[in-house]
Amino acid sequence: MIGDYLPILFVFLLAAGFALGALGLTHVVGPRIKTRVKLSAYESGVDPVGPTHSRLNVRYFLIGLVFIIFDLEVVFLYPWAVIFREQAAQGPFILYEMLFFLVVLLVGYLYIWRKGVFEWE
Amino acid sequence: MVAPLQHIIAVAGLLFSIGVLGVLFRRNAIIVFMSIEIMLNAVNLAFVAFSRYHGNIDGQVFVFFSMTLAAAEVAVGLAIMVALFRNLKTTDISKISSLKY
Amino acid sequence: MGSADILSTLPELVLIATALLLLVMESAAEPHRELLAATALGGLAIALVTALGYGADGLYYSGMLQVDPYARFVSALALVLAALAIMVAVPYLRRTLEERGEYYSLMLFATVGMLLMVKAQDLTMVFLGLELLSIPLYVLAGFYRHRSSSNEAGLKYLLLGAFAAGFFLFGIALLYGSTGTTSYSGMAQAINSGTELSRVLTLAGFGLLLVGFAFKVALAPFHMYAPDVYEGAPTSMSAFLSTGPKLAGFATLLKLIAVVFAGTMVHWWTAIWILAALTMTVGNLAALRQDSLKRMLAYSSVAHAGYLALAILVTNYDSGFAMLFYLTVYVLTTLAAFGIVSLLEEGEESAMPGVEACKGLARRNPWLAAAFTLALLSLAGFPPTAGFLGKFFLFNATLDAGYLWLVILAVLNSLVSVYYYLRPVVAMYMQPGKNTSALPIPRMLIPALLALAVVALGAGFIPAPLVHATASAISAIL
Repeated sequence: MIGDYLPILFVFLLAAGFALGALGLTHVVGPRIKTRVKLSAYESGVDPVGPTHSRLNVRYFLIGLVFIIFDLEVVFLYPWAVIFREQAAQGPFILYEMLFFLVVLLVGYLYIWRKGVFEWE
Repeated sequence: MVAPLQHIIAVAGLLFSIGVLGVLFRRNAIIVFMSIEIMLNAVNLAFVAFSRYHGNIDGQVFVFFSMTLAAAEVAVGLAIMVALFRNLKTTDISKISSLKY
Repeated sequence: MGSADILSTLPELVLIATALLLLVMESAAEPHRELLAATALGGLAIALVTALGYGADGLYYSGMLQVDPYARFVSALALVLAALAIMVAVPYLRRTLEERGEYYSLMLFATVGMLLMVKAQDLTMVFLGLELLSIPLYVLAGFYRHRSSSNEAGLKYLLLGAFAAGFFLFGIALLYGSTGTTSYSGMAQAINSGTELSRVLTLAGFGLLLVGFAFKVALAPFHMYAPDVYEGAPTSMSAFLSTGPKLAGFATLLKLIAVVFAGTMVHWWTAIWILAALTMTVGNLAALRQDSLKRMLAYSSVAHAGYLALAILVTNYDSGFAMLFYLTVYVLTTLAAFGIVSLLEEGEESAMPGVEACKGLARRNPWLAAAFTLALLSLAGFPPTAGFLGKFFLFNATLDAGYLWLVILAVLNSLVSVYYYLRPVVAMYMQPGKNTSALPIPRMLIPALLALAVVALGAGFIPAPLVHATASAISAIL
């Protein structure tokens, strides 16, 4: 019985070993020559000027977030479309389900619109 | 050639461990977030592999849900981080510790 | 598929519709914010009626959801809890000028998550319910976006919650890999008939699932976030954070173990034993050192999760009954306690009231002081409160199952907890406070205080109704 657990132990050891090993190896193998030039940011050969972290407008994040969410919701339309024909034969329930889903999304869309996410100012 | 199930699960396990270690050792909240994404993707890989092995699509459907979850968590996470950054000017979780005993 | 399915999820649909309505109201050109709370409460009331009264018991949505007396009982409790949590929140939000529709809307979505979790008959639904509960709570913990303590609570809760979700998902993946299905009945069949791919995979999957649950209900050593999050979150939210996820988490875990993993639990006994012992000890010892009331209640909630884990360890009819009884008393008592603490938070916005804020409260507001005392005594498990009965049922069931040492540890822990529960009581009654004017008690808080009185004192003296309700609920699954 206890022998059954050995493979899982090996997998855990292998997993931990691999991750720790990779971390350790870069520390050991990676050469570290620190000169002023080497530590400076790479800017295609041009001397860097000013701070490297230029802040993005928060609008980028908002639009990005909205895109991710709506983009992924669409994924649920595909499996629905695949089984639609066979399920629709048994009644319109499957249509109502998707309409409900879309109404929920629509209210979300209305909400972010009214809250001014799309106003690029 | 199709890779055997064990190999795929081993890769998934490795990815998952890398993600866990990243969460435990990284200081930047954004990098911690990316590590969590690695964990979730490891799970997706395992689901797809098992789904193929069993020959039913339940696992693949689950992947859709877990991807949606990942997106929702990222959206909420980034929103909170933007709010936090406005107040504290940092995303380093070792510096975000006003609530310690 | 059809109208029976819709009827079976009527409470959820009502809540979602109300939540969407709240968002629409909030985004109106001139939002009528004073109507928001009433709308949310109305939705919860309709949901409560439909949860108790409508639809027949059985399997719905191709076996994804199951309606049974157990699910109905926990759903009703969750709905009452959410309604009281909203009522506790209204005066707090209005005082801090943060009343917005999103708060109530997210509360309703989280409630839908709780309902789906307990109705689930498939790990897919458990997972969706858990995330529908968790994601709104991440936002709500960080709801006061101009307070850095609230931001921090939100971020911590989110990072650890997402981390836990990873474990939870990997557990589901392994269980699916082992059994080829995610439905409770399918998994139970595969496990009990031994047709699973590998027993090791099943056990590893269950272990990871357990880690995910342990994070959500804050079992040590996965409780680290709980005190920080409950302290940093708005107090009205801490009330829900420390009760809602615990209620849904424990109720779902018990059902999952009872239905699917009863046969394979043997291999995880030791782990759950240690989790339970560690959680109650860590929670109580840490609570001893706290001066902030919110942090003290946070650690107390960790300790209570430890007691509740005893029921998970045993998982039989007696322990399941004791767990439901205990949960009912615990969630309503803790909610009221946090509600009272939110009143003490006067003046400075982010001030964390400490034990000294209680000084002289008995003179300022005798009724409020009495209610707070009742809540603390019930949490400590003093007879004749219902907290005592709950502990008695729980420890008795554990003892009958043969865990003598664990029960001894639990009783010792309860004795230790008396110290920190009595400190605020002593401050209220024995020490004079600087401020002598009475605190205004918002009307919205009164239902929470009444619920506290009914459950802590009423069920303490006349336990029969609650005992009957929990016993008939638990007999549906065990």
